[in-house]
Amino acid sequence: MGEGIVRLLATASQTAGPYFRIGFAWFYVDDLGGEGERVVVQGRVYDGERAPVPDACLELWRAEPPGFGRVPTDAAGVFRFATIVPGRVPGGGGRLQAPHVAVALFARGVLRRMATRMYFPGEAANADDPVLALVPPARRATLIARPVRAGVVEWNVVLQGEGETVFFELP
Amino acid sequence: MTGSQPPYLHPPYVATRTRSPRQPLVPLPPTPSEWTGPALAPPDAADLTRQLPGEPLGQRIVVAGRVVDEDGRPVPRALVEVWQANAAGRYRHDADQFDAPLDPSFLGAGRTLTDADGRYRFITVRPGAYPWRNHPNAWRPAHIHFSLFGPAFAARLVTQMYFEGDPLLAYDPIFNSIPDERARAALVAAFDWEGTEHFRALGYRFDIVLGGRDAPEWERES
Repeated sequence: MGEGIVRLLATASQTAGPYFRIGFAWFYVDDLGGEGERVVVQGRVYDGERAPVPDACLELWRAEPPGFGRVPTDAAGVFRFATIVPGRVPGGGGRLQAPHVAVALFARGVLRRMATRMYFPGEAANADDPVLALVPPARRATLIARPVRAGVVEWNVVLQGEGETVFFELP
Repeated sequence: MTGSQPPYLHPPYVATRTRSPRQPLVPLPPTPSEWTGPALAPPDAADLTRQLPGEPLGQRIVVAGRVVDEDGRPVPRALVEVWQANAAGRYRHDADQFDAPLDPSFLGAGRTLTDADGRYRFITVRPGAYPWRNHPNAWRPAHIHFSLFGPAFAARLVTQMYFEGDPLLAYDPIFNSIPDERARAALVAAFDWEGTEHFRALGYRFDIVLGGRDAPEWERES
């Protein structure tokens, strides 16, 4: 595919800056939709000094329409969204992935979208998820939410330093 | 592709020092999770000069271009979102502390979908440069924020469009975070005589190349 063809240079990313609300707020969506029982996901975004990040935006995608969400952090760095536990989608090599939500994070001071994922706690499928298997075992827990109470899970995002969330390289 | 994207850590842009990962990124294989994406189709808001009563102040401009993938194929029905400061360099946002005036006729936000040939077109005013607190006497060059949803979440792009001839580009740590000179140049919109409209607006051209569209392995297998 594409052999002998000169590929165009992908347009460079730049930070969303602190004012993305102006462009994004028309479509802030805090429920990813779908039929079934909702799980509320709440968390905070922290920087490398463990300070909350009040000007981040998380976009969420679950590969089943509607499946999209977009939530900003508040002054305390807190975000919140609701989703069903999604179905399992193929993960390559004929394997299925454990239920998860794909996450893109934008913020002031973030020059390129940070790509991560949130998996659900207590899912047996987490043990043989092909993407979690690519992550050093000691860091896998950063991708899996923690149960808080029935119907509520907590998932924090640490941009840097101790407990740093796993971020992915997209081609 | 090396160098066409900025690193996460670019110390001259001070906020990256505490907001960039220190651990290596984990390469993500293509799966439907990131290689599909939402199909968003909002009502068109492509004329930023007609959103509030009155005409906004400043130089009226048309910003138009084409969205293609890395093989040069058009990306139809891509959602393009823009936001920007007004002509005086002030954002309509409570966190903007610059004392330049707000413009009661300008919101500074727009959105549109690309057509079948990947083309989009906005009418707006040229944004002003503005100071920021990154370092003493720091000024952002005039820019328009662009956000693109292509066919896949993996291709999600947020960037900024700059203006040909802006002397502030040489001093801007955000623009200069991109190592590759051609990739920087591609963010600078060229004056476009063909896009200029008689007695209405000056034309600028800004084309966009979305990455992340390789044939996914999971498709080949099935």
